[in-house]
Amino acid sequence: MASTTLYSQRDPMLKKRDDFEDILEERRNSSDLKYAVRCYAPVLYKGLTPCKANMLKSMVLQSDHLRYVINQVSQESGEAPDIIHEEASVILEEMAHRLKISTVRFFAFTLTKAFKTLFQHICVNEEEYGSWYINLQQAIQEHPVVLLPSHRSYMDFLLMSYILYTYDLALPVIAAGMDFMGMKFIGEMLRMSGAFFIRRSFGGDKLYWAVFSEYVKTMLRNGFAPIEFFLEGTRSRTCKSLTPKIGLLNIVMEPFFKGEVFDVHLVPISISYERILEESLYARELLGVPKPKESTSGLLKARRILSENYGSIHVYFGQPVSIRSLAQDKVNRCKYNLVPRHIPRKPTKETQSFVTDTAYRIVRLQEDSMVLKPWVLMASILLQNLEGLELSLLTEQTLWLRGLAQSCGAFLDWPDHTPSAKVVSSSLALHRGLVCVSGGRVSLVLGEPQGLVTPEEALFNRAVSVLSCASYRNQILHVFIRPAILAVAIHNAASSKKDEVFNCFSFLCKMFSDEFILCPGDTVQDFEEACYLLVKSGSVQTLQQNIVVTDRGQSTLSFLNGLLESFLQGYQVVCQYFCEEACDSLTEKQYIPAVRSFAVKLILAGNLRCYEVLSSDMQKNALAALLRLGAVSKVKVADQVTLKVNKLAVNSLEDTLGGRLPTQKAVLARL
Amino acid sequence: MSATVHCFPRQEIMKWNGWGYSDSKFLFNKKGQAEFTGKRYRLSGMILPSLQDWFENTFGASVKQHKSPPSLNAGALPPANLNEAFLQDLTATGIPFSHEADDRVFRAHGHCLHEIFALREGRGFQRVPDMVTWPNCHNDVVKIVELACKHNVCVIPYGGGTSVTGALECPPEEMRCIVSLDTSQMNRILWIDEKNLVARIEAGIIGQDLERLLNEGGYCTGHEPDSMEFSSLGGWVATRASGMKKNVYGNIEDLVVHIKVVTPRGVMEKSCQGPRMSTGPDVHHFILGSEGTLGVVTEVTMKIRPIPEYRKYGSVVFPNFEAGVACLREVAKQRCAPASIRLMDNEQFQFGHALKPQVSSIFTSFVEGLKKFYITKFKGFDPHQLCVATLLFEGDRERVLQHEKQVYDIAAKFGGLAAGEDNGQRGYILTFVIAYLRDLGLDYYVVAESFETSVPWDRVLDLCRNVKERIIRECKERGVQFQPLTSCRVTQTYDAGACVYFYFAFNYRGLADPVHTYEQVEHAARDEILANGGSLSHHHGVGKLRKEWMKESISDVGLGMLRSVKEYVDPDNIFGNRNLL
Repeated sequence: MASTTLYSQRDPMLKKRDDFEDILEERRNSSDLKYAVRCYAPVLYKGLTPCKANMLKSMVLQSDHLRYVINQVSQESGEAPDIIHEEASVILEEMAHRLKISTVRFFAFTLTKAFKTLFQHICVNEEEYGSWYINLQQAIQEHPVVLLPSHRSYMDFLLMSYILYTYDLALPVIAAGMDFMGMKFIGEMLRMSGAFFIRRSFGGDKLYWAVFSEYVKTMLRNGFAPIEFFLEGTRSRTCKSLTPKIGLLNIVMEPFFKGEVFDVHLVPISISYERILEESLYARELLGVPKPKESTSGLLKARRILSENYGSIHVYFGQPVSIRSLAQDKVNRCKYNLVPRHIPRKPTKETQSFVTDTAYRIVRLQEDSMVLKPWVLMASILLQNLEGLELSLLTEQTLWLRGLAQSCGAFLDWPDHTPSAKVVSSSLALHRGLVCVSGGRVSLVLGEPQGLVTPEEALFNRAVSVLSCASYRNQILHVFIRPAILAVAIHNAASSKKDEVFNCFSFLCKMFSDEFILCPGDTVQDFEEACYLLVKSGSVQTLQQNIVVTDRGQSTLSFLNGLLESFLQGYQVVCQYFCEEACDSLTEKQYIPAVRSFAVKLILAGNLRCYEVLSSDMQKNALAALLRLGAVSKVKVADQVTLKVNKLAVNSLEDTLGGRLPTQKAVLARL
Repeated sequence: MSATVHCFPRQEIMKWNGWGYSDSKFLFNKKGQAEFTGKRYRLSGMILPSLQDWFENTFGASVKQHKSPPSLNAGALPPANLNEAFLQDLTATGIPFSHEADDRVFRAHGHCLHEIFALREGRGFQRVPDMVTWPNCHNDVVKIVELACKHNVCVIPYGGGTSVTGALECPPEEMRCIVSLDTSQMNRILWIDEKNLVARIEAGIIGQDLERLLNEGGYCTGHEPDSMEFSSLGGWVATRASGMKKNVYGNIEDLVVHIKVVTPRGVMEKSCQGPRMSTGPDVHHFILGSEGTLGVVTEVTMKIRPIPEYRKYGSVVFPNFEAGVACLREVAKQRCAPASIRLMDNEQFQFGHALKPQVSSIFTSFVEGLKKFYITKFKGFDPHQLCVATLLFEGDRERVLQHEKQVYDIAAKFGGLAAGEDNGQRGYILTFVIAYLRDLGLDYYVVAESFETSVPWDRVLDLCRNVKERIIRECKERGVQFQPLTSCRVTQTYDAGACVYFYFAFNYRGLADPVHTYEQVEHAARDEILANGGSLSHHHGVGKLRKEWMKESISDVGLGMLRSVKEYVDPDNIFGNRNLL
């Protein structure tokens, strides 16, 4: 299994990985200009075919693959091949980067200035198995390399290039969303610093896909530069890892499957922000306030944020992972022998599942090396005490949670030699926009209550606070997700019999597989991992095929239950909506606002206290789950896609989630 | 009962534990200079001044660390497991046979690394033939096979003994008496039909004898596999052999018009010698490549051609391997390949230089120096990138010259520079002596082997690169202490692809079981070949070495077809060498 190679590095408590180097430190003590114009001579790929960014374009346009697709499209559409070729050339023009070292130097200069004001530290992991940059340098020299950072902020890719420049490593080309291109000047600047732009959706557009995939593959085969993209596809607005999108991963693996390169190395990179620049922006976006269109002037206005303190950033470069070794015995490359390699083909099932599996593993590697701040623990506790709690109690619980988190392998950045009260108070200070302390009680800020506000506005303000706070709690979910699902399963299962608990566990995993990083097909392994962690922490015992909660485990289990409470409730509200409110002609587009106003009604009526259900992210995930489980289906009527509800199935899923119906029955009802 | 002991000359003049003639071998003399002994080859008796440096630098070996092989220890041989009844009946036929130790060991192996290594280490084999018999003609073979069926003994046909697939190894689990059926006495040309340009030939004839005999009458077959000094016609048929000049004359399957084969079910042959037939699947193709599992090929009708009037060698230097492959592809596309065209990679080019004999004339070396200057400095070729194609043209003089121009014009389009006849000719002379080099390597702790594949044109470069890289990687992972030598050459061109030959060698000092390590690496290399769209074999065959991939290669159903033929033709597994299936 691929997991053996990846998991063998997992137990984070065992390895020393908390040595970080602050790359801003040197910048604070030396000339920024000198830094920007210093000699930059990175090690390049040994098989490099030297070519300019412009030559790349003609290589792509003249490739057999593209010529084949152009002819195909021409035959289907009746347009002349020349016209299609022209179209392809336009697409490529819009897409292609124009990496220029001078622009990179410009960014090196300006970003240094910005970073120094915004952040206290930018920390990069120092040592593990030898230095990460020596490993990366070697990987870049030997094989095409794909950099896979986590994606939480616009900053991510500038930051990545900045760090690689700092360490004299080859600068990557980066797959970026088209939305950046809207920003005229900045868009071009980003292009010249190595970004290439892809449209957000081009589902059926064969030509677009061909140009795009050939462009990426050409750069990979020639070793033009490391390729960087975000497995999560887009910035996670919730700070929870998003389930990986496998399209681009498929593209970068194909040259290996087809023997065009000997190997490709994937480098998982975790970027953790103590405070995200887009923090409150995200919460509003999730609540349905449309995000401001990216524009240069908008960015300039954002200069306001320059006056704030965003704490520190931790960047962790993981070990390069060889696709060749991952794919051994999993993908039979001979399958690619029977069709010319330039003819695009859908990946086989075997390949598809390998790529999916790899994508999940990489995201888990990213998660495992996310650096967590004390505030993350505090946010988790605060969210379970929305009415607020005593500072001393918060401190006490935070320390307790710290122990639990560490025993589950969390990568915590808890300051050494600092009294815990100080740690807590400085965290509160950094996040004073979210939390306030008055009279020894700590509670979430509920927006400015001045003036007359409608109940809806008050609710909205409160929701912003809760969702912002949740984005911190979400950062630790990957540590607890398996034990937490087990805790819920133990709670919901009709008995403590291990197989019944497992049934329940497996149901929850299925239900939440769009919400959390749970690799499909790993349920048994996940269950065992969850049991192991809870047994290790002394929270449960396994006695003759029974899973029994110990006395001292009660508090742990109740915390873990609390951690998932809002998700359980949120999904139930969505189910409830479908059963009670949804009309037959509900379209996909109407769904989000409709379910939101349904939830608002429930909250205002005092029947619901869960604000997180207002998050469009959760609403989308819940719908995806219902679609996946067949309780809701899409029906295409004319141009519109409407949602058809199987009320019986939705109802039984709702009851199973609420623990009112044993798992088995829910499955039967669906059938 | 006494066995009739026969001594046949071949065995006397050939090595029992290495390649080729006993009198011909490479060695480092007392001065540390390499020389090639004997008188048989163009290189014989010459000093090769650069070989030592190349050898020591490439392998990290030292000519001071010599390893002398032990002599044959007949006592270590498993005792002959004779079938008395069979022996009695065989004696009655008067067909000669023997169960002398050296006769048996000589026919117990081919030339795989593990076989030669075992012989040199004095370890021998778990199982060897229990006796050897020398039929003199087709009817003798019929008699032997009948007796074998009657007494249930196992028969393994033996031709030239040049197999490199473990095909001649006796299955250790074989409990019956194993008879090695040596075809070497069936070596006559029975008739020549000049009207149809075919000849009837006994299958035991050795390639060089066949060519020599035909040449006397002004003819040739044009079939020249690298092993032609020692391999036999029957062996070619049984392994689907390929000759260097197949572009003009064809591979063995193109050359054969009629085959007579003795099987346990009886004799199979076609009733006429028509040049092509539509009579269902061609039964010849059950025999071509059957690797001795179905019967013994006794007589073959083969196409012959008048000896070409004119022959010319040539060579082209390319700036790199990619350009060379592109040129060969174009030559194949225009269907104007010379009788032979081979492209060596840079490693082989370097190696070729190491085999340059001492030059006495200062003038020659001056010219050489000038050439090198012209190519590397003036033309800007990187000596560590450039590679060479060797060419051989045959036909009438005018056409050859025309043809030559066409090929050189194509080469020029790919940056190729004509590099003279001598370089080309040397390449082909070396073909026959290269096989002797492995024994030299083994004398100094270096193991070496070659393997081949065929692959579509568009995958040639990727396959070469990936296989070489895989070998290097596997060697490292398996604890080989020294950088291995990996090298390849494109040896044949076809309309739809090419044949690629790999050479692979490493210094095995520090390894507990070098042969095992070697086999693991070769196994990985074969996996890599298959994953890159290469075939299991172009002409060496499957034997026992590559059996495990057969199912993957030809599918379950395909394998089932071959099995059912075997079951019908040889239900008692008389031809029990267990190759192929």
